Amino acid sequence: MTSLPEPQLGQKKLGLVIDLDICVGCHACATACKEWNASGHMGPLPDFSPYGDSAWGVWFNRIHSFEEGNGEGARTIHFPKSCLHCEEPACVTVCPTGASYKRAEDGIVLVNEAICIGCKLCSWACPYGAREFDADEGVMKKCTLCIDRIYNEHLPPEDRQPACVMVCPVNARHFGDLGDPHSDVSELVARRVGGDLMPELGYKPVNKYLPPRTARMATAAPVVPAPTDDGSAGDRMLRWVDRLLSR
Amino acid sequence: MIFLDHLRDYFSPREVVNTSPRVSDQVKCTTCYMCACRCGIKVHLRDGAIRYIEGNRDHPVNRGVICGKGAAGIMQQASPAKLTKPLRRVGERGSGEFREIEWDEALATAIDWLAAIRATDPKKLAFFTGRAQSQSLTGYWAAQFGTPNFAAHGGFCSVNMAAAGMYTLGGSFWEFGEPDWARTRLLVMFGVAEDHDSNPIKIALSGLRRRGAKFVSVNPVRTGYSAIADEWIGIRPGTDGLFVLSLVHELLKADRIDIDYLGRYTNAGWLVIQAPGAADHGLFARNENGEPLLLEPSGSLASGVAPGISFRLIGDAVLPDGRRAVPVFQLVAERYLDPSYAPERVAETCGIPAVTIRRVAAEMARTAFEDEIELAVPWTDWAGRRHQTMRGRPVSLHAMRGISAHSNGFQTCRALHLLQILLGTIDVPGGWRYKSPHPKPAPPGPKPAGRPEHVAPGKPLPGIPLGYPLSPEDLILDTEGEPFRIDKAFSWDAPIAAHGMMHMVIQNAWKADPYPVDTLFMYMANMAWNSAMNTAETMRMLRDKDPATGEYRIPRIIYSDAYYSETVAYADLVLPDTTYLERWDCISLLDRPIGSPDGPADSIRQPVVTPDRDVRPFQDVLIEIGARLDLPGFVTPEGEPRYPGGYADYIVNHERRPGVGPLAGWRGADGENAGRGAPNPHQLERYIANGCFWKHELPEEQLYFKHANKAYLETAVRMGLIDNPAPIVLQLYVEPLQCFRLAGQGYGSVLPPSTHRERIATYFDPLPFWYMPFEEARIDRTDFPLHALTQRPMQMYHSWHSQNAWLRQILGSNRLFVNRAVGRAMGLNEEDWVWLSSHRGRIRVPTKLMDGVNPDTVWTWNAIGKHAGAWNLDPDAPEFRKGFLLNHLISELLPPDRGYDFANADPITGQAAWYDLRVRIDRATPAEADIALPLPKTPAHPASLRPPPAILRYFAGARHEGSAQ
Repeated sequence: MTSLPEPQLGQKKLGLVIDLDICVGCHACATACKEWNASGHMGPLPDFSPYGDSAWGVWFNRIHSFEEGNGEGARTIHFPKSCLHCEEPACVTVCPTGASYKRAEDGIVLVNEAICIGCKLCSWACPYGAREFDADEGVMKKCTLCIDRIYNEHLPPEDRQPACVMVCPVNARHFGDLGDPHSDVSELVARRVGGDLMPELGYKPVNKYLPPRTARMATAAPVVPAPTDDGSAGDRMLRWVDRLLSR
Repeated sequence: MIFLDHLRDYFSPREVVNTSPRVSDQVKCTTCYMCACRCGIKVHLRDGAIRYIEGNRDHPVNRGVICGKGAAGIMQQASPAKLTKPLRRVGERGSGEFREIEWDEALATAIDWLAAIRATDPKKLAFFTGRAQSQSLTGYWAAQFGTPNFAAHGGFCSVNMAAAGMYTLGGSFWEFGEPDWARTRLLVMFGVAEDHDSNPIKIALSGLRRRGAKFVSVNPVRTGYSAIADEWIGIRPGTDGLFVLSLVHELLKADRIDIDYLGRYTNAGWLVIQAPGAADHGLFARNENGEPLLLEPSGSLASGVAPGISFRLIGDAVLPDGRRAVPVFQLVAERYLDPSYAPERVAETCGIPAVTIRRVAAEMARTAFEDEIELAVPWTDWAGRRHQTMRGRPVSLHAMRGISAHSNGFQTCRALHLLQILLGTIDVPGGWRYKSPHPKPAPPGPKPAGRPEHVAPGKPLPGIPLGYPLSPEDLILDTEGEPFRIDKAFSWDAPIAAHGMMHMVIQNAWKADPYPVDTLFMYMANMAWNSAMNTAETMRMLRDKDPATGEYRIPRIIYSDAYYSETVAYADLVLPDTTYLERWDCISLLDRPIGSPDGPADSIRQPVVTPDRDVRPFQDVLIEIGARLDLPGFVTPEGEPRYPGGYADYIVNHERRPGVGPLAGWRGADGENAGRGAPNPHQLERYIANGCFWKHELPEEQLYFKHANKAYLETAVRMGLIDNPAPIVLQLYVEPLQCFRLAGQGYGSVLPPSTHRERIATYFDPLPFWYMPFEEARIDRTDFPLHALTQRPMQMYHSWHSQNAWLRQILGSNRLFVNRAVGRAMGLNEEDWVWLSSHRGRIRVPTKLMDGVNPDTVWTWNAIGKHAGAWNLDPDAPEFRKGFLLNHLISELLPPDRGYDFANADPITGQAAWYDLRVRIDRATPAEADIALPLPKTPAHPASLRPPPAILRYFAGARHEGSAQ
């Protein structure tokens, strides 16, 4: 049993806003996450049987693609999923050693590998499947929100963002303080009516998803033939007979 | 309370996280090679290992982003499939049994074989490359060697688009043009796989969505880009041309076309001779200077190249010899106003309701004519007339392989360009823009070299073996009028095969048709596997021996690849290449540069890491072989190697024409010239200092109407992009096609054989038309009721990504996607196995049902299936057990027609028609399930390949140096 930090007024809540309206499912965020974090704070992110049958590795960010709806309104949805850095994360409270914890200063949920015993209770507790067990080292790993990028003084300020946000070719991922109602990300969520993933579970995810907009079919009226037209091809040619052009 | 505080400390122990660990000790810019997109990347190195790869924010192609492939570049470098030594085959072809040899022996062997060919009959060398991005070097090398038998993979990929565009506009979709992403209001995308080009399209679609511009995707499959389209039109494959011409019909019917634009910038007014039965019927009426003629209101004739003439679009002209001629526009209007193009008449064929066709036409018209854009940018046209504004019609089209890889692809692409031109959307604000170095003249040049009189022992060709024929006289035929190239490009089989026909090389060489070759030399082209049609037969041909002599029918195969691809096992001599992070390259204006509509640009790759094995960059090897063969372009007059510094030396010092070389930036001794200038010994340093790219931004007045913009045309001449500043007239009616058609009708001095006459006369129509793709037309459609396609996944490109430990986890096996309603009606469940049959053969594959696919279509991901044991993957790998290729089902030949074996290809360009495939599904019995057929035999590994690790623990540099608890 691990406790959560006391909620503070104006609590900083760093997280991601993911735009399902524009995600094309290219997996750039998944592989950029993998390459940054492989050599990052929780690295390595091992890959088992990497060149064989059932290759399976540790990934902090995975994309799920599925279809939704029928007929004209139907869509193909690409759904990137990583740790949502919940305000009330069961993966933390369930931890018997204190290895799984939520940072008071920014709300990031991390795992302290040094005291993780690999019991996997946290992965059972997380309803989003965001925990990744490193069977090689016997410890749980997870998205750090690129904690070794976002404050990293070796990087220029514009690069102090999670790798998945930096890389996204369609700009479908945004990073910021969702605890500040006036931050860019909070305003984006308000404008686009973003929401929580499975809010009914009550874990209060910090990450938000922006919904796909409904398909916009055309509303243009059919092109109308010229009024003098009797419908024959020869007749329709007549209207250009007296048109003079210049080069 | 104190006790409780202690308890809290116990349950929430603090981890001290180092939030500012050292990231990298070195950052090197270069160019990505994980697909054809050519994005700028920054490679961060820590302790000599690749820490991470990110997009270069300053780079014009990707502006800081990279894709799922680019970000997995580390694993391309870490692959255990990397070749490590030159190899000489010791077992039978395909066995994978090799002897490792030293480079001295490898080069001596290659030179021995090649020198003998060059001294006797240079065309006995067939030199074909894949996605090399160095075609300006390889093509030059082939020409210096003296063989006409050279091409890269364009004949497989996109030549229909390139040729249709070049003959019509002097530019083309994808490589030589793009939508005006910043200003377009309506984008209609046709048959675009999830790449080509990858990041620029993604960046642009995101911008379109934010601006509220509409995006319509016409594609049988709703994945990738189509998934985020405002409207998805799930067209039946191969019918796009008919759909587009129905849009043209609607726009003409309602007079919603840009007549002024047609007058100013196109050949709409040029007079076409109407004299059926005459040898010049259908050609342009010309004056004594060879200039096309216009019909003045008075009935007199005027030169079509002079400015300011007023002329008619409709009307009969009487030529000086008394014959009749009519303007191009009249032929256009007559043809497409025909009721056979009415939406009701095409709806069923296209699988698109007539009401949708009408609505799309209406939206195009409304956007083009009611949302007109006017930029307050003065400019001067080709005739010196000043215009105060730039007016544009914000409708743009983009198209790629779904158009290109059909046997009607050339004419379909022409139809798309016709639609663009009628709407007045070529190189205008909001429309479709040329990418530098285009526009080039239409019809294009130069003509292909390699005719019999060009080929002689020990002699170079007088030009590059690929080009653009304008009439039958330009074909590459032997003295009997038969094909002279091994791939039969530029013969009557495929007269405008501008990119060659790589897909026919192995078949023709095996059959010794038109003649046997001695050596097949290939680079980065996986032609024994996914870059072949009829894969199993292709492998058999490579292994096949002449029983009379016991020798292989293709006697020698030299192959260069960085990895243990399927094709390596079939080579006699293997020259191991480096990875893209280990070598110099140039993305050249002479080849396929990274130019944009805003100006010319090119780029380089530089070595970022040092090879840890005995491999050499292929381009260095090719240059060395060239010098040791004494090829004129590769030795000095004294006979010394001209480029002793290898490819980097060539990139800087080679001049194709005086002052024009592989790189356009920082030319001249002091590096002050752009485009033309003397070689600059410090050119590569300048590129590196600038992030490995160069770009020249055109001033505002040159950004649109480039085909008729005086300032732009003069700039382009100055920079060496075009030869003269004459305006480029858009060709609604393509006269060279009529030249070939006349030959098909029996007119002229170079005539097709009787087997080809009707075909040439039919398909070389100077105005676009639609016809049913050949395979569909010839097979029994009730027996093979479905279309079968592949799509390229966004996170993989080509077969080489299955060795990438990260990418193969995302997609390690593929399924056949079947429309849910169709599948259910057949009794298919989610994960059933089925037999998939074509007229060529059958394979057993796993299925998946989905809604977002045209009901007459099944599809799968491209190039996931692997040959067991290739790429140093485990023989149990899912790529082999469950992955499959459709290539097994695709024939490289059509069923015989009048005793002649025509390629399964576009009749004009020879583009491989692999999207024409028709299939049938039969349920497999449960006992048959679980493994995809056919099962290629497992080859052995070269002993020098590194063993794949059981667990990959990639970590760059010392671990956890920055973290403390």
